[in-house]
Amino acid sequence: MSRGRLRTLVSVLHGLGVAVVLAVFLFPFAWMVMSSFKTQVQITATPPQWIWQPTLENYVEVLQAQRFGTYIWNSFVVAAGSTLAGFVLGLPAAYAIARYRQHGLGMVILVARIVPGITFLVPWYIFFSKLKLVDTYTALILSHLLVVMPFIVWVMIAFFEAIPTEVIEAAMVDGCTEAGAFWRVVLPISGPGLVTSGILAFIFSWNNFMFSVILTGARTKTLPVAIFNFLSYSEINWGALMAAAVIITLPVVILGLVTQRYIVRGLTAGAVKG
Amino acid sequence: MGIRADQAVRWLFPLPALAFVVVMMLFPIVYTAWLSLHEWSMSAVTPPRLVGLRNYATLLGADPRFWMAVWRTIYFTGLALVVETVLGVAIALLLNRDFPGKNLVKTLVLLPMIATPVAIGMVWLLFYEPTIGLANYVLGLFHLPPQPWLASERGALPSLALVDIWQWTPMVALIVLAGLASLPADPFEAAQVDGATPLQVLWHVTLPLLRPTIGVAVILRAIDALKTFDIIYAMTQGGPNYASETLNLYAYTLGFSYFRMGMASALLEIFFALVLGVVVLLNRARRGVLM
Repeated sequence: MSRGRLRTLVSVLHGLGVAVVLAVFLFPFAWMVMSSFKTQVQITATPPQWIWQPTLENYVEVLQAQRFGTYIWNSFVVAAGSTLAGFVLGLPAAYAIARYRQHGLGMVILVARIVPGITFLVPWYIFFSKLKLVDTYTALILSHLLVVMPFIVWVMIAFFEAIPTEVIEAAMVDGCTEAGAFWRVVLPISGPGLVTSGILAFIFSWNNFMFSVILTGARTKTLPVAIFNFLSYSEINWGALMAAAVIITLPVVILGLVTQRYIVRGLTAGAVKG
Repeated sequence: MGIRADQAVRWLFPLPALAFVVVMMLFPIVYTAWLSLHEWSMSAVTPPRLVGLRNYATLLGADPRFWMAVWRTIYFTGLALVVETVLGVAIALLLNRDFPGKNLVKTLVLLPMIATPVAIGMVWLLFYEPTIGLANYVLGLFHLPPQPWLASERGALPSLALVDIWQWTPMVALIVLAGLASLPADPFEAAQVDGATPLQVLWHVTLPLLRPTIGVAVILRAIDALKTFDIIYAMTQGGPNYASETLNLYAYTLGFSYFRMGMASALLEIFFALVLGVVVLLNRARRGVLM
């Protein structure tokens, strides 16, 4: 075989490999969307139907009968609330850790990633019950904050360490305090870091199930808990279940697609430095 | 010229975060340790009663359900970890080549790990459905017998691990991909000068250089795989007949179905020690490789 032909063959095989990888990782999403536009009869048909008349009936049912608007709002409030609180607590901490190399402090905060979440859940449940905080946004935001804040710190330490010290020193020579320099100089140039950590924090909170399933009640039920409750029907309404799954997944997927460059950087931050 | 350290920033900036972590994390860990020495049913009106190490003795000595959960946790994590590492590295190598649409592909394979786990679980539940599910239909196309998947005691845990593999292989791939991008060029040029075949380069140059990166990916995945809850709880709730009950699920059941808070707390302390032990071990293995 000639060299040129070999090269073409390798390219074709490579393209095929990439296509297989994409198909495997995207197919469940495709199936979720397709099934959400099918009737129960169409979903349960064997062989599976690839061409059919799409119906909106599942979405109508989910959005009307299941108080989905409330669940979406609850999820949004908790995710936005814990992300904001995560910034307020996490940004100054990350800055101080990065600038003064207080890795010990950093480790204390990062232990939260190693401890199984359920370890907190028993004491939290007891205390939130005593304080009558179960089924309030406060309890949910506080619990999600423990996931979100260390993550923000983790990502932001890497970003703050990359900022040259001269930038901060110049601002301080001009008469800023260090806190002032942090607020007026460091934060404004950390835009990409804030986007990265903020979006991932929002997504982590949005996806959270374990804390929410215990700490929510009728008033503050979030989307993952609501979709899980769908299952308890005697016969599963697959179409509605898939429509609900699409509704939960859509915001995360859109966020992810729009900001993918940042996300890859955030998820792999610190990992490569080893 | 250096500016004097601003003590206010140095100590006051991390204080709120630290205070929060101590209240929300360290306090529960200590409280759980205290509770693990007591017997207390939350549904009862009686206060916690000190029983010493009896909860631990019961779990370690007289509770087969506990040991089965330990075994399942390790089995699930090991299975997922091995497959995710091998596949993740392979996919990273595949995507490391330049080709049109590379960035789009990288974005799209990211989706499984950011999608809501419970929603993911629901789709896989539909795949695994024994009579109408796609999984058995595909097996049928290849003239293979249908499988009970989640419905059988033998199949449940591997079926759940498959979902974990689908969801988290991209994470390993992306970390390794970032590692590949930061490798030095010299060793590759040297190998080329020496006339090494692509396979030899892969085995003797690329993979050894990637070891630290792969090590980090393995540790991160191990931490999360040991603690897997969402997918298992949403799809099987530990069933059928406890077949997919990992430590996380068992702790949850003890605490929030049986309300045996002391027992649940003792289990959590052991679970925490296990996760910590695995992390330390993996970290040590990684360092050993580096030296």
